[in-house]
Amino acid sequence: MSDHRSDEDVLSLLSAPVDPETLARLHGRLERAAQSADLLDVAYRIVDSPVGSLLLAATPQGLVRVAYQCEDHDRVLQTLTDKISPRILRAPGRLDQAARELEEYFERRRTTFDLPLDHSLSHGFRKLVQSRLPTIEYGQTRSYGQVAELVGSPRAVRAVGSACATNPLPVVVPCHRVLRTDGTLGGYVGGLEAKTTLLSLEATA
Amino acid sequence: MKEPFENVVTQHGATVLRVCRALLALHDAEDAWSETFLSAMRAYPGLPETANVEAWLVTIARRKAIDLLRASGRNPVPVEMLPETAAEGGPDGRGAPGASGLLGDPAAPGGPDGDVWEAVGRLPDKQRQAITFRYLGGMPYEEISAILGGSVQAARRAAADGMKNLRRNYPGARTKGAAR
Repeated sequence: MSDHRSDEDVLSLLSAPVDPETLARLHGRLERAAQSADLLDVAYRIVDSPVGSLLLAATPQGLVRVAYQCEDHDRVLQTLTDKISPRILRAPGRLDQAARELEEYFERRRTTFDLPLDHSLSHGFRKLVQSRLPTIEYGQTRSYGQVAELVGSPRAVRAVGSACATNPLPVVVPCHRVLRTDGTLGGYVGGLEAKTTLLSLEATA
Repeated sequence: MKEPFENVVTQHGATVLRVCRALLALHDAEDAWSETFLSAMRAYPGLPETANVEAWLVTIARRKAIDLLRASGRNPVPVEMLPETAAEGGPDGRGAPGASGLLGDPAAPGGPDGDVWEAVGRLPDKQRQAITFRYLGGMPYEEISAILGGSVQAARRAAADGMKNLRRNYPGARTKGAAR
């Protein structure tokens, strides 16, 4: 009996918690090593913003995903795992520029984003629509119909709507600047409150 | 469904570090940890989804530990570090710190669990590995015997003997809180 208890004492010492600072330092070292070994297929970090916490993810090609909290960050990371690669680390370094530009945008010190983008999560017509959205200038809005005309498919209004709804790079690719023809908001991936926040932020600049 | 590698690091990082510490000195343990996760990240996309991720990581960690020991020209099993001999080495009765640099690196900060790792480091190689894989890696004795070579029975005995040695040499195991 006493032998058994002693075992447990030893085992509890062996499995004692490891200092979180040590693990954080080792994690940082792994981020750098994975980056130099070309193994960091997706790097991500989470930033705070006036529209809630945003997940930013980048491949070596560029920013690949901006996700609102309501999209469920864990689910978004799982989708990136399935669609791009499971070699994903929380590695803030690669997102430094994106985080800085977003911060400037939310402080009204920036009206366009100057970031390399990776559009590999979108295909076909949606990708075409999303690639043209940055031509809608800061503080301006367009209707779904106008965007359909912009991409040369004036009858594809609904398809433009779903292209906006599935934009993997909200805020940076400004699908929030697309409204219904009657001027009402339409939908938004981050919720209508976020869309309103972004539009009024740009309007008062 | 395969998880993001980040989850693998968060879920198993601490266990792998304990395994590395049980096999190596503190400083080398961190090198082994880094090498382990870098290798694992490289191979991760090809890992079968049914695989036991922790056992897989522990196996890689053991290989990295051996590589590190070889690279620095040290023997993984210094005979003079058998517990009976080592126990007489120091004035405190707990033995001289790792003569071969395996554990008890003088430059290493003495953490709250430093003593127990020193004691683990003084175990004979088979016992140390058997305990590490069984109690830190959570591996069944069948797998441990495959790694160590020899029978399942021998692996089980090595773990039991290791535990006995550890109790004898690590006072904290006998009386809680009296270790230091």
